[in-house]
Amino acid sequence: MAGILKIVAQRLALGLITLFVVSIIIFVAVNLLPGDFAEAILGQGATPESVAAIREELGLDRPPVVRYLEWLGNAVRGDLGTPMSQALFSAYSGSNAGSGIGTVMEQIAPRFRNTVYLAGLSAAIAVPISITLGILTALYRNSAFDRAMNIFTLSSISSPEFFLAYILILFLAVLNPILPSLSNVNAEMSFWSSERFVKTLLPALTLTLVVTAHMMRMTRAAIINLLASPYIEMARLKGMSPMRVIVKHALPNALAPIINVVALNLAYLITGVVVVEVVFVYPGIGQLFVDSVKIRDIPVVQACCLIFAAAYILLNLTADIMSIISNPRLRHPK
Amino acid sequence: MSQISRRGLLKSGVAAGVLAATGLPVQAQAKRGGTLRVGLQGANTSDTWDGRTHSDIFMIAAAHGTVFDCLTEVAADGSLKGELAESWEASADAKTWTFNLRQGVTFHNGKAFGADDVIASLEMHTAEGAKSAAKPIVSAISEMKKMNDHQVQFTLESGNADFPFLMSDYHILMFPAGQIEEAIEKGIGTGLYKVENFDPGVRLVVSRVDSHYKDGTAGWFDSIEFIAINDNGARMNALMTGQVDVVNRVDFKIETLMKANPSIAIQEVTGNQHYTFPMLTGTDPFTDMNVRKALKHAIDRQEMVDKILQGHGQVGNDHPIGPANQYFHADLEQNDYDLDKAKFYMKEAGMDSINIALSASDAAFTGAVDAAQLYQSSAKGAGINIEVVQEPADGYWSNVWLKKPWCACYWSGRATEDWMFATAYESGVPWNDTGWENARFQELLLTGRAELDSGKRKDIYHEMQAIMSAEGGTVVPMYANYVQALNTKIATPDAIGNLWQMDNARMAERWWFA
Repeated sequence: MAGILKIVAQRLALGLITLFVVSIIIFVAVNLLPGDFAEAILGQGATPESVAAIREELGLDRPPVVRYLEWLGNAVRGDLGTPMSQALFSAYSGSNAGSGIGTVMEQIAPRFRNTVYLAGLSAAIAVPISITLGILTALYRNSAFDRAMNIFTLSSISSPEFFLAYILILFLAVLNPILPSLSNVNAEMSFWSSERFVKTLLPALTLTLVVTAHMMRMTRAAIINLLASPYIEMARLKGMSPMRVIVKHALPNALAPIINVVALNLAYLITGVVVVEVVFVYPGIGQLFVDSVKIRDIPVVQACCLIFAAAYILLNLTADIMSIISNPRLRHPK
Repeated sequence: MSQISRRGLLKSGVAAGVLAATGLPVQAQAKRGGTLRVGLQGANTSDTWDGRTHSDIFMIAAAHGTVFDCLTEVAADGSLKGELAESWEASADAKTWTFNLRQGVTFHNGKAFGADDVIASLEMHTAEGAKSAAKPIVSAISEMKKMNDHQVQFTLESGNADFPFLMSDYHILMFPAGQIEEAIEKGIGTGLYKVENFDPGVRLVVSRVDSHYKDGTAGWFDSIEFIAINDNGARMNALMTGQVDVVNRVDFKIETLMKANPSIAIQEVTGNQHYTFPMLTGTDPFTDMNVRKALKHAIDRQEMVDKILQGHGQVGNDHPIGPANQYFHADLEQNDYDLDKAKFYMKEAGMDSINIALSASDAAFTGAVDAAQLYQSSAKGAGINIEVVQEPADGYWSNVWLKKPWCACYWSGRATEDWMFATAYESGVPWNDTGWENARFQELLLTGRAELDSGKRKDIYHEMQAIMSAEGGTVVPMYANYVQALNTKIATPDAIGNLWQMDNARMAERWWFA
C-alpha cells in the first residue's frame, strides 16, 4: 500500500509540473491571439486613444512576464482574477459598483457544475454501453453483429460532433419531437430533477456517440488479444462457456487498457464538449469558453484552459493509478 | 409577413392615423397571458444592467424594451411618443426644453419616479471616467433644472430640435436616484416587467408588474424568458422545434426552409442599417468629385442586394438616411449603374482609366469582401480597376477604417437625421470617415438642428441627402433588412418598428399570444 501512495505522490508532483508548463503555454497562446480585449469590445469605436486607455486600465500595457507571474501567484492562491468584463464595467461606469458579473471563479463555478453533470450523464450512458458492446463484439468477433457495430461506432466517431448533434436533433427533436433540441438548463432545476435530465439527454447522447467507438474497440481488442493466451485455452478446454471465459478470465486481465481508455474518454467528455455545448446552447464551461474568446476576456479564457488541463492531467493520473492497482505485476515491481 | 414602412403607413394609413389620434388602441384584439420565450443572438457574459454599456440586441431588448423605460419612445410607425415623459415643449430657439413627467410611476422596488431620477440618470453618462455612448447627447445639456417633482427643464448649449428624440436612446435609461448601484446590480427599472432571474450571457426571466401606466396599450405577456442563443443553427432549430416562440437574425441560408414551415412566420423590415464604402475625400484620387461620381455609377447595387443580402435589403443612394428616418428622401434621383455615365465622369476628371485599392474585411459586414469583388467586376467596364485588398478582421476598425483611402464599413443608422449626420458627416467629428467638408452641407446641418418647423426641416434634410448623394464621399450600396421569425401563435401589431431589430427591440411590450 505504501508503494502505491508513493507512486500517487510522485504522479501528483509530476502532474503539478505539467500543469505549470501548461499554464505557460496557455498564457503564451492566449496572448498570441490576434486583436485584444480593448479592440474587440470597442469595435468601430476603437480609436488608438480609447484602445490605449482601456489597455492601460486593464493593465494590458505591462510586459507579459509581469502579468504572467502576477496571474500565477494569484492562481496558486485560488484567485483566478476578475473577468475583464468586470474591469471594463468599472472603467465604463467610473465606479466599482456591483455589476452582477462577479469574479472568474463565480462565473465558472456554475458552468463547471453543468459541464460535470453533462460529462457524468454521458459517461453513465457511454461506459456501460461500450464495455458491454466491446465484450459482445469480442465474443461474436467477425460476425455480422461485430461488423455492424464496428461500422456504426467508427462512422459516428469519424463524423464531426456538430454533424452528429444535428443528426440527433433531426431524428429526435424535429421529425420525432421526443427530446428538446435546446438544453437550456438553469440553476433553478435541481441536480436530480427529471427536467434537467431530459434537457441534457441530447447533448449526452451526442457525446456518447463520439466516445463509444474508442472504448468499445479498445475493450474488444484487449480481450481478443488475451484470447490467444494459454490460460484462456485451458479454460476453454475445461468446457467453460465462451461468455464465462471472457467475463471471468479474460476481462480482469484486460482491465488495465480498458480503464486507461475510459479515463481518457472521460477527460475528453469534460474538455471536448465545446462544440456540443454551443450547438445545444448548454450553459457549460465550453460555451463560456467560446463566449470569452469572442470578447477576448483573457482571465476567463485562461481559467477555462487551466481547468481543462487540470481535468486531463487528473484523469490521466487516475488512469495510471487504476491500471497499477489492477495489475499485480505493477503493484509489486521487482 | 407584409412589411409596412413608416412612409407606407403615412400614405395609405390616414384611417389608421385617425384611429391613433382618437386614442383607440390599434391592436384592439391584443390580450393578456402566456410566457413568451425569445431566442436572441447578441448576448455576452459581460452583459450588465448598466445602460451605458449596452450595444447588442439582447441587452437593448432586455433593458430598454422590457425592464427599464426611457423618457420618450419611438413608436412602430417612426413617430415619437412619451414614455416616462408625458409631454414636452421647447423654447423658440430649441435650446430650452421642458419635460413633464408621468405621475404615479414607481420603480420595481417601490420608489416613486420623479425629476431627481431623471437628472441622476442623465448625469450617469457624464460622470467622471464614465465611457458612455450617450455622452455626446448628455454633455450637450448645459443645465438640468428640477422645476417640481414632475417637471424638468433642460438647457442645451445650442438649439436641437431632435432633443426629445435623443431621449429615446437605449443607453439613456431611467434609474432610481440614490440607488443606481443597486439598480444596476439587480435590474430595478420602471418597465412593464421586473427581473426574476438574470444570468449574463445565458438567460433572463422577467415577470409582469401588477399595474403599470402602459396597461391596456402594451405588456401582454405574463412573463418572458430571454434565452441567449448565439449559434445560428441552434437558434433556428429552437424555433422550428417550438422551444422558443421568437428568434432574431434569421439565417438567410435556411430562410426558405423556415418559410416552408406553416407554424413559422418570417418578419422583415427595412430600417436604417446600411453598408458603405467610404472614401477619404482629402486623399487623391478621391479629392476629385468626378472620380467619386464615376465610382457611384460604376456599382451595381441591385446585384449586391441580390447576392450579398440574398434579397433581404434595398438599394442605397449614397447618403446615410434610411427608411426608418422621419425625413427620408424617397424620391431622390437614384444613382444608377450606368457605365456610360461613369466613363463620362472619368473623362471629366481627365482620365481614361484608374487603379484604386479597396480595403475590405468581413469585420465591416458579412460578405464585404465578396461585395468588393462584385464592385471590382462591375466597375471594370468604365476603366476603373479596383484592387480588392483583403484586410484582417482583427484590428479592422483601428487599422483600416478611417486610415485607408477607401474601405468597407457599416452603420446601424440613427433615429434622427441630425444624429446620423453629426456622428459621421459633420465637419471635424472623429468618425467623419470620408473627411467630408462641405460648406453648404455644414450650414444646413446647423440650421436644421435648431429648426422646429417640420416643413422647413424636411426641405433642409432633403437637400442634405441630395448633396451627399451627388457629391459625398461615401458609396452606400444597400440597406440591410432586419429579418426575424416568430411562431404563428404570436400576434403582432400591423406596424413593426424598423429602427432596431425585433420591433425596435420592444417585442416584449408590443406582441402577444393570439
